[in-house]
Amino acid sequence: MLGKITSFESMGSADGPGIRLVLFLNGCLLRCKYCHNPETWCGGGELKDVSAEEVLRLYNKYKNYYGEKGGVTFSGGEPLLQSAFVLEATKLLKENGVNVAIDTAGVAQDYLEVLKLVDLVILDVKAVDEAEYKFITGREMADFNRFVKDCQALNKKLWLRQVIVPGINDDEEHILKLKEFASKLKNVERVELLPYHSMAKSKYEKLGLTYELSNTDDMSKEKLKQLQNLLK
Amino acid sequence: MEQEIYENAWRGFHGDNWKEEIDMAHFIARNFTEYKGDDSFLEGATAKTKAVWARCEELLAEENKNGGCLDVETNILSGINAFAPGYIDKDNEVIVGLQTDAPLKRIVNMYGGTKVAMKALEAHGYTLNPEVYRHFTTYRKTHNDGVFDAYTPAIRRARSNGLLTGLPDGYGRGRIIGDYRRIALYGIDKLIEFKKKDLEGEFIDGHYIEESIRIREEVNEQIRALEEIKKMASSYGFDISRPAQNAREAMQWAYFGYLAGAKENNGAATSMGRNATFFDIYIQRDLEEGTLTEAEAQELVDQYVIKLRLIRHLRTPDYDELFAGDPTWVTESIAGMVSETKSLTTKNSFRFLNTLINLNPSAEPNLTVLWAKGLPENFKKYCAKISIKTDSIQYEGDDTMRPLYGNDYAIACCVSAMKAGKQMQFFGARCNLAKTLLYAINGGYDEKTGKFVVDGLEKNTEEVLSYETVRKAYSDAIKKIAKIYVDANNIIHFMHDKYAYEASQMALHDTAVERLMAFGIAGFSSAVDSLSAIKFAKVKPIRNEQGIAIDFETTGDFPKFGNDDDRVDSLAQELVQEFYDAIASHRLYRNAKATLSLLTITSNVMYGQKTGATPDGRKAGEAFAPGANPMHGRDCSGALCSLNSVAKIKYENCCQDGVSNTFSIVPSALGNNEEEQIDNLVSILDGYFVQGAQHINVNVLNRELLIDAMNNPWKYPNLTIRVSGYAVNFNKLDRAHQEEVIARTFHEKR
Repeated sequence: MLGKITSFESMGSADGPGIRLVLFLNGCLLRCKYCHNPETWCGGGELKDVSAEEVLRLYNKYKNYYGEKGGVTFSGGEPLLQSAFVLEATKLLKENGVNVAIDTAGVAQDYLEVLKLVDLVILDVKAVDEAEYKFITGREMADFNRFVKDCQALNKKLWLRQVIVPGINDDEEHILKLKEFASKLKNVERVELLPYHSMAKSKYEKLGLTYELSNTDDMSKEKLKQLQNLLK
Repeated sequence: MEQEIYENAWRGFHGDNWKEEIDMAHFIARNFTEYKGDDSFLEGATAKTKAVWARCEELLAEENKNGGCLDVETNILSGINAFAPGYIDKDNEVIVGLQTDAPLKRIVNMYGGTKVAMKALEAHGYTLNPEVYRHFTTYRKTHNDGVFDAYTPAIRRARSNGLLTGLPDGYGRGRIIGDYRRIALYGIDKLIEFKKKDLEGEFIDGHYIEESIRIREEVNEQIRALEEIKKMASSYGFDISRPAQNAREAMQWAYFGYLAGAKENNGAATSMGRNATFFDIYIQRDLEEGTLTEAEAQELVDQYVIKLRLIRHLRTPDYDELFAGDPTWVTESIAGMVSETKSLTTKNSFRFLNTLINLNPSAEPNLTVLWAKGLPENFKKYCAKISIKTDSIQYEGDDTMRPLYGNDYAIACCVSAMKAGKQMQFFGARCNLAKTLLYAINGGYDEKTGKFVVDGLEKNTEEVLSYETVRKAYSDAIKKIAKIYVDANNIIHFMHDKYAYEASQMALHDTAVERLMAFGIAGFSSAVDSLSAIKFAKVKPIRNEQGIAIDFETTGDFPKFGNDDDRVDSLAQELVQEFYDAIASHRLYRNAKATLSLLTITSNVMYGQKTGATPDGRKAGEAFAPGANPMHGRDCSGALCSLNSVAKIKYENCCQDGVSNTFSIVPSALGNNEEEQIDNLVSILDGYFVQGAQHINVNVLNRELLIDAMNNPWKYPNLTIRVSGYAVNFNKLDRAHQEEVIARTFHEKR
């Protein structure tokens, strides 16, 4: 079973605990306005095939840096769209004592086996409001809601994340709603706000896609900090 | 009476061996107190320190305004005792002593060469007293004169075409670290006594007539220098004939030793050694005796560091351009391990790093942490915290160096290890291996000047370069150029010993000193990627009418150094080993042992300017990557791949003068909050060094911040970044260096 990745990062320090090998898997059903990896939508970039063994081999090359806290994170794109591969790789990694996380938006099928095995789910909460979810992602919220329920049923450790975009969700009201959403869930270890940045713009140009947020400024770090404080 | 002085100075110290003969390693191992706690004991700057530093900041601003040089003494030449005592703010200074009679006033040193000294004076708008000049040039021959009497035509050609650059043939060679601690522990008189004992042999060794005569002459020069240091100290009101009685004296005594070297010599890198833990032994004793408080201990360290920050040498604008700024490389080596399980971390390891907070970040002294897996976790975290905050620490792998140099070595300049007081180094600058490859293709003709440089090489005429042909020609070129390079350094150090001997620094070494001759490589990753391009892609030379390849058309992809890809990393390993072997096959002056470094400091910019286009796609004149760094922008799977590639380069008996790696990262790429950033930086350092790596500079900064600093330099007077083995003040870099730093791979998260 081979997985299709667009790239990997040997020093992922923002996607799960410690320093991690982050694999960016191809494919996603969402079309978020601010997506910074649009190459994963359609395999527009150059795709590489990797096997579970290859993932373990990569991990071993850098495990000196990862220490006990770090590990492997499957990101993307939506990693759970390749759940058979992720399952095989996760099994192999877990057999070797590696900490495994998935960075997901929860919009996929057949993910339960993977979900059972992983140590952490980094869940991208696009929005907590139905209309806004659709506005940002172009899709209904039902899959996401079901995924959250599955995580809860399996008692999965959760890191919730939301990308904060000026003019879309960078106000107190939005953050407080997110806070309320998080408070109703168990096993939430953190809620992180990620600042929107425009660094992906050139990727869109390269892929011949329209960048809808070309008039949106990068999220100010100070403002993000203020909003993050609301979550305390 | 005399016995009493020593007994009092050594009260409470353990061990006896070090009393009979000089043995600093033994003294330290027996007497230091390892500290495993955190940084909560640290104190801020005292009122005295604040007053002294405030005055220094005024003077530094004035120096900056004055084009980088505040004043020059034009009536007196260099010498340990040539200048009257000088002070910054006498009442508030707890450590005293300046190079001349006033802070930041520079010394004219002509022993290395009159030309460079005169050029530097002129550049800064000063004229040497004509009488002094007349006398010196009438009666004295310089190192530079001697070197040019002996240089061969081949060396002259290699030098003027930029194949060998930065050779210390016109000023002091530097890189020699006196063991200044010896003055504190033994006092000058006992050191003279030891040196006199070394002279007791009655005969000259018939097999080594020149060497044994020379040693006798040198030791007497050393003894005279020790007397001079004593005299200089007494001009400040201190009697250093006897050993230090307390912490303040220990630091003051050692500093006088260092200062003597900085008055006598103007070597490029005049490093301090490994003093912090040694001083801690005295500080700890004073704290226990109740004669010193923690605030006073920090005050001593802060003020000692202030003194090191004021060290200056008179340089030409060329020099400043080459080394980017006005560096002195007053390197102080901190922590490391005394054995497999016990570290040399003391409270003073923390206090030295704390100067970056108390005084503000600074490039000097060049604080170098000897990192080991076994360092206390609290200290590791503190280092990472200060790195992230001040960006002013470099790290070197103690587990890599300790097996070869023991537990009492120190770093000179950026990466050069030597056993303190037992080894010295003949600094040998760099050979441009990217240019060497072009010579292999162009039959020894320079691609920029069109001139004939290296004899006996064949011109390549292939339409598409074949790896076998080029690689073989490269090996031939490496052999030929290594010989020219060795000749140059043998001549340089023969003449330096003869005309500009560093008597005060050598007096603080064992008489039977081991000598290392340190060779270096520039243009490394570009040479490696070029070989890879020729091997894995299709490289067509574009030749001029002279038949010299002045550009290359490279089609197809090829593996690049910095991606942890063995196909190209093995070419890198092979190349350093081959160059080292070619050097080491020759006999070296005074039976020195050859060592090799991948270190360019900032001269990678200038070397690049002097080198034509290379097969890896680097354009003519484009900067090389610094030291052992991969070329910027060529690593595509993150920072750790790049670290792994560099970590594969062998240190022992290959690149044993250092493998310098500069790692730039923005804080957010290290983690989401300070705690995570600290933990992750510690993990990266652990992971890097456990693979046998030797050196890393950690630049934690924002790209935006740097661009802003480039455009608005006045906003960032203290911005310190690390460039290949050295922290520089970003504002002191010229535009080309600033742009190069920004263009260098920034490891931002996706």
